[in-house]
Amino acid sequence: MTLERELAALVGDLPEGISEGVALGTGLADGFDYYESPIGTVVVTFNLTGVSGLGLAGDDWQTHFQKRTGRALLRAEAPRAWARHLPEAIEAGRPGKVPVDLRTVTPFQEKVLEVTARIPRGEVRSYAWLAKEAGRPSAVRAAGSAVARNPIPLMIPCHRVVRSDGRIGNYSLGNPANKLALLDHEGADPLWLEKLASRGIRFRANIRTKIFCHPTCRHIRRSKPENVVDLHGIEETVGYQPCEVCRPV
Amino acid sequence: MEDHMDDDLVRALATDLYGTFPRVVERMGRRLYWGLRRMSGDHHEAEDLTQETLIRAYQALCGYQHDRICELKLEPWLWTIALNLGRNHLRSKSRRPTLVKLTEPQGVEDPEMVDGAAWDRRLNALPPTQRTAVVLRHVVGLGIDEIAEATGRPVGTVKTDIHRGLGRLRTIMEAETYDARA
Repeated sequence: MTLERELAALVGDLPEGISEGVALGTGLADGFDYYESPIGTVVVTFNLTGVSGLGLAGDDWQTHFQKRTGRALLRAEAPRAWARHLPEAIEAGRPGKVPVDLRTVTPFQEKVLEVTARIPRGEVRSYAWLAKEAGRPSAVRAAGSAVARNPIPLMIPCHRVVRSDGRIGNYSLGNPANKLALLDHEGADPLWLEKLASRGIRFRANIRTKIFCHPTCRHIRRSKPENVVDLHGIEETVGYQPCEVCRPV
Repeated sequence: MEDHMDDDLVRALATDLYGTFPRVVERMGRRLYWGLRRMSGDHHEAEDLTQETLIRAYQALCGYQHDRICELKLEPWLWTIALNLGRNHLRSKSRRPTLVKLTEPQGVEDPEMVDGAAWDRRLNALPPTQRTAVVLRHVVGLGIDEIAEATGRPVGTVKTDIHRGLGRLRTIMEAETYDARA
């Protein structure tokens, strides 16, 4: 065999893993990995932009993901730049230092999810409040569907969004029991919330500071019980200022 | 034949980058890897550079207009990127997910050929420019013009490098046969 022929025979197959590595590096595929959460093992998907999805491990999350994004999925490790913050983001229920990829939702839905991500741990807000904070007060139903389609539950804490009448409502990650478990885990006491709702209590006010809040706002919860009064509707807030932190209206 | 296929590939790339790029990886990836493998003599370095080259290529293509992609000579262009990366050893991997290989028995993942080590020894005896030129011409199969483009060296110099490189390889291999007989 001539030297030239021998050299030409030095090309073998493409080693395993390279095309997958390229797919992950170009964003043609997303990676996925398993993490522990307060409601069991979850699957997190991620790419160059950030975390792109989160689902319950046993569920049919893979089909859902592919239907939503059209991208392939490969078992991978999260990008080193922020991987170490991921367990805390899941436990604490806020993105924190973890970037999120919300390219599959509309601009309004993205705005709603951004607002949702800012609801403090252990507090709840209504769909109406979300719509208002997202800049379209009348789009309550659209805010509701944005939350229902939240691709990254837990990290974007849609479990902290309840019905405008104060009832707990549905939950996309499994079932409403998971929502109750999460709120309970965060110290939000869902039974107390339901009781407030059944009694028609929408706001609570401090009679000394003359400020009214959402019932779960940390400011009103910190007030002395003897200074707190229950308010049943917006008409009862006359004479009080809305809280600047929870912005109840 | 190969040229026509590359033209089709480039045209498809210009209209549907996302859908076509996996075909570029499939078509060019192995020559890229084995060329880099014989130049560097190291599996991990060749693997890293192949991956990095293809990722950089994709990122660059994302910013190219349709016509510019159509005019690309894909394989020499990939080699321009690969050779630059090899020189600079740039790394920017911390923002990327990294593949978890589910089947990774220690040491088996290196796909080296039976006589790979012998070729590394021979090629390693060549000056770097001759080694690069010989590998690109005879392992990868690029044309002289394409090598000149990828390496940024004049056509005449490339020809000389290949000629001298092959000559030196022949000498080395003759010496090997002589040693084996002795």
